[in-house]
Formats: sequence, C-alpha cells, structure tokens
Amino acid sequence: MSKKYDAGVKEYRDTYWTPDYVPLDTDLLACFKCTGQEGVPKEEVAAAVAAESSTGTWSTVWSELLTDLEFYKGRCYRIEDVPGDKEAFYAFIAYPLDLFEEGSITNVLTSLVGNVFGFKALRHLRLEDIRFPIAFIKTCGGPPNGIQVERDRLNKYGRPLLGCTIKPKLGLSGKNYGRVVYECLRGGLDLTKDDENINSQPFQRWRERFEFVAEAVKLAQQETGEIKGHYLNCTANTPEEMYERAEFAKELDMPIIMHDYITGGFTANTGLANWCRKNGMLLHIHRAMHAVIDRHPKHGIHFRVLAKCLRLSGGDQLHTGTVVGKLEGDRQTTLGYIDNLRESFVPEDRSRGNFFDQDWGSMPGVFAVASGGIHVWHMPALVTIFGDDSCLQFGGGTHGHPWGSAAGAAANRVALEACVKARNEGRDLEKESRDILMGAAKHSPELAIALETWKEIKFEFDTVDKLDVQ
Amino acid sequence: MPFQSTVGDYQTVATLETFGFLPPMTQDEIYDQIAYIIAQGWSPVIEHVHPSRSMQTYWSYWKLPFFGEKDLNIVVSELEACHRAYPDHHVRIVGYDAYTQSQGVCFVVFEGR
Repeated sequence: MSKKYDAGVKEYRDTYWTPDYVPLDTDLLACFKCTGQEGVPKEEVAAAVAAESSTGTWSTVWSELLTDLEFYKGRCYRIEDVPGDKEAFYAFIAYPLDLFEEGSITNVLTSLVGNVFGFKALRHLRLEDIRFPIAFIKTCGGPPNGIQVERDRLNKYGRPLLGCTIKPKLGLSGKNYGRVVYECLRGGLDLTKDDENINSQPFQRWRERFEFVAEAVKLAQQETGEIKGHYLNCTANTPEEMYERAEFAKELDMPIIMHDYITGGFTANTGLANWCRKNGMLLHIHRAMHAVIDRHPKHGIHFRVLAKCLRLSGGDQLHTGTVVGKLEGDRQTTLGYIDNLRESFVPEDRSRGNFFDQDWGSMPGVFAVASGGIHVWHMPALVTIFGDDSCLQFGGGTHGHPWGSAAGAAANRVALEACVKARNEGRDLEKESRDILMGAAKHSPELAIALETWKEIKFEFDTVDKLDVQ
Repeated sequence: MPFQSTVGDYQTVATLETFGFLPPMTQDEIYDQIAYIIAQGWSPVIEHVHPSRSMQTYWSYWKLPFFGEKDLNIVVSELEACHRAYPDHHVRIVGYDAYTQSQGVCFVVFEGR
C-alpha cells in the first residue's frame, strides 16, 4: 500500500519501536546498553538507536518513499532493565540481513557503532553483543586455518601452546633480537612473539628482524627436535607494506605471522587473513587499542563483540586477557567470549555475558591467547581457565628468570606439562597448585628457581568492567 | 655471592613434544593417562618410528587405531607388544578425538635409541 509524504519530524518510536516483532533467523541481532539523557523515554532512546544505526535520520525525507523502508529498517523489539543499575537499560535491535555487505565486518561495524554513538539524546551507549545469523557467517572467511589445522601444522597436542613476547619490547637490534628468540625456543617454548609495537623502526628494520628470527627458529628446531615458530609482526603503515612483509615471511619458510587488528583495521585484517589462507600461513592477532573501546562499563563496544568480529574477519589466535595477570579481565566474562572464539555453538548465558545463542556453523575456532603479567605460579589457574585450546604467553615470566630466557622457558614448560599431567590424573589444579608445582620443581632446578623468584608477585585489583548482576 | 656462581648453565635438550620436559613416567602414571583417554571417549592409537625420523608427520601405526577400546589392560598390552616388536623405536600413545579430528593426548611412552 502506498503512503503519502508527510514532511516534518516524527518520534523515532513511531517507526522503530516494534515490541511485537519476532526476530527472523536471518536477522542480525544486537544488544545495546543505553543510558539516555534525563527525561527522554526509554522507548524513544532505544528506537533512536535502532534508527540511527540502520535506515533512519532525524527528519522524514521524501526519498524514503521510493523504497520499502519497512523491509530495510532496524527495529528495537525488546527493552530490559540492567540489573543493579537504575539509569541504564538494554535495547535489543534486529537488523535485516540485507543491510550489510556479505562478509564485511567493516560494514557491520560502520552501521552498528557509527554515528549513533555520538547521538546527543544518549549520554552513554555500549554495544554489548551481536548475534550474527548463520547466513552472514557463511559469507565470512573466518580463521585462515583454525585450531585443528594449527595443531597439525605445529605438531602440538594435548596441552596449551606455550609462548612468550620478546623483551625489551623496543630497542634491540635484529641480531640481538634473534638471540633472545633462540634462547626462548631452545629452552622449550613453542612460539615467540614480536611485541605489538615492533614494526620497522630505525633501531631494527623489519627485514633484519625477519632474517635473524628465521635463523633462530630453524636452529632451535634442529636442536630440540620440536616444531617452533615466531609471530612475525606484519602490521604496517600501508597494506602494500603489510603484504610485502608477509610474502617475505613465507619466503623464509616461517609458519606464522601476526597482525594488530584494531589499530590496523578490519579491512586490512580480513585482507591479510585471506592472504594467509591462500598461502598456508598461520595468523596471530594482537588487540592493541581494545581497552580504549571496551573497558568502560557503559560506553563503547564490549570485547565479546570485538572477539566475534575477529573470528569472522580472520585470525588463528587472539589475545583474550589472562584473568589472573596484570591486565583487566573478569573470569566469567572471559569464559563467555573464549567460548565464542572456539566453539561451534554457544548458548545464551547471561552469567557469562552472552546475550544470544550464537551458531558458528563450520567456522574454524581461534586459539585464546593469555598474555600479560603471568608467571609460573599462575600456571595451574591458567590451565584450568583456558583449557588446552589456548596459548599461554609469559614475557617477564620467561626473560626475568635469574638464569636467563632459556631456563625461564624450561621452567614454564615443566610447570605447564606438570599441570596438564595432573589434570589428566583427575587432580584439582587450583586447590593443589602448590603441591603440583613444588613436586615438579624437584626434577627441575629451573622451575625451583622460578618459583622462588616470583613467589610474592600478585596483581589483585578489582575489575573495572564487571558483569551486570545484582 | 658473585654473579657467575649463582647462574646455572641451561643445556638445550632434544625432546619429543608433550611431556618431553617431565621425568619418565612410572607405569601407574602411564595407566592414569590412558584411563583419561578412555574416560574422554577418545580412541587410543599407538604409533612408532625410528628415532632418526621422529620429526616426520606420520609415524607408523601399530596395527590400526583402537577405535572405541575401553579396556585399559588391552591398550597397555598392545603398547608393550609394539615396544617388543620395535625395541629401538619411539612408541607413543595418542588419544584420538574423531569429533575435532585432533589428538586430545599424545606423548611418547617408550623412547628408542
């Protein structure tokens, strides 16, 4: 039925608040935590979010009658109170699939977290979760390899991967840097990592680093008889540079490269993931800048959304925080989003912060990387929290060993294997952590010294961003 | 104390992946790991290879994977039979997970020379 053009400003809720709407399986669903300006009704705020993140603008326009906006508009279909918060509320919004370009995370985010976040009628707005319909997921490339393929390539089974970041994070020459890589890998680590801000600085140009690191990886592999790797950071100032670095890593026969997906951007990330899929290269993903976006409880984007977006854009490993180390991270929340990295179906579970059922179909899984201020004493908790499909990375906890990085690496490897063995035997790692570690140290002077060195170090601050529970 | 006398020398060791950094397991400890494989619903697989070829992807199967085998004693006696047949080979036990097409457990039980 045709409508007449009626110029003027309508309330958003007249068009975009549809409490009777039943979301379709193909709809992209989003949950926003909204804090409106005083005096603005919740329905109007929620409808404004739906409108501004989809088809709407502040005024009625004649040209909207040229199309069937009922088909294209986003709709707020539910409003819920936020437990323990009198001001904020959750708005659930359904977007028709055709609002988004196939396979484009960039496009989804440009709509959902675009202009709407600056909207004046809102004081705060936070994107808490997205339910991606399987129809959209099937258009995304996803992890270039995934957990199972990565295990097969690296020949690592039945335990978490063990890694570390090379320190100091800045200032080493290429040759010195390669030395530290060699020490870590010969000591028993599987993987080492470029720190995120190592790109191609004057003290160490990228080609220099890549060549020395490749030599270190190959040497350690020969001497230990185990497969080794180093995440060569290909993050660069232009896509052309990024691909040049990736190509060189491949030429050197290296198994894995690395990208910073938020500072580098989703378009660059998806491109590099596609390159990795074509070239049989593993892809490690760092998340610099995430805390700017995800840490405030009322504004920004929750990390579970950024994690889901990364799984779709592509990466084989993603940093997720450690729960126990120096960086922010609530345990239940972390478990909620590492499920979304690794599982093929994740049910709605508010106690883990997951607002929707999420069906991933056949999309490969992503290793959860725990890194940042962790040391051997944390090992039992880390194995319990993260399980086998994770990569545990100890930076200071490797290089800070009194005997150096190789001994530090060995200490971590002994501790890791002792914990996995004990878990398989049915022991409670967190309750018996001390016995398990001290027992393992009897056979490893490296571990005994590590346990002594870090016995007093804890990072017990309350988390800033907690789950909304009463 | 002078610095040099407190620092140990870490010597690189050749290892065989998971559990390579732990002392050799006792018989009971090996049984515990096999019991874990069975309890997870994974299939025990026995593989062996000459030490000079330990880095190759495919080791030889001992017979075939023991699909659905729930009897710990059978797995143990097959491990020993494999070791007797190939005394100079590495012998490893795998907990094969058909759902993930991966290995939930994999470690060397007998080291060859």
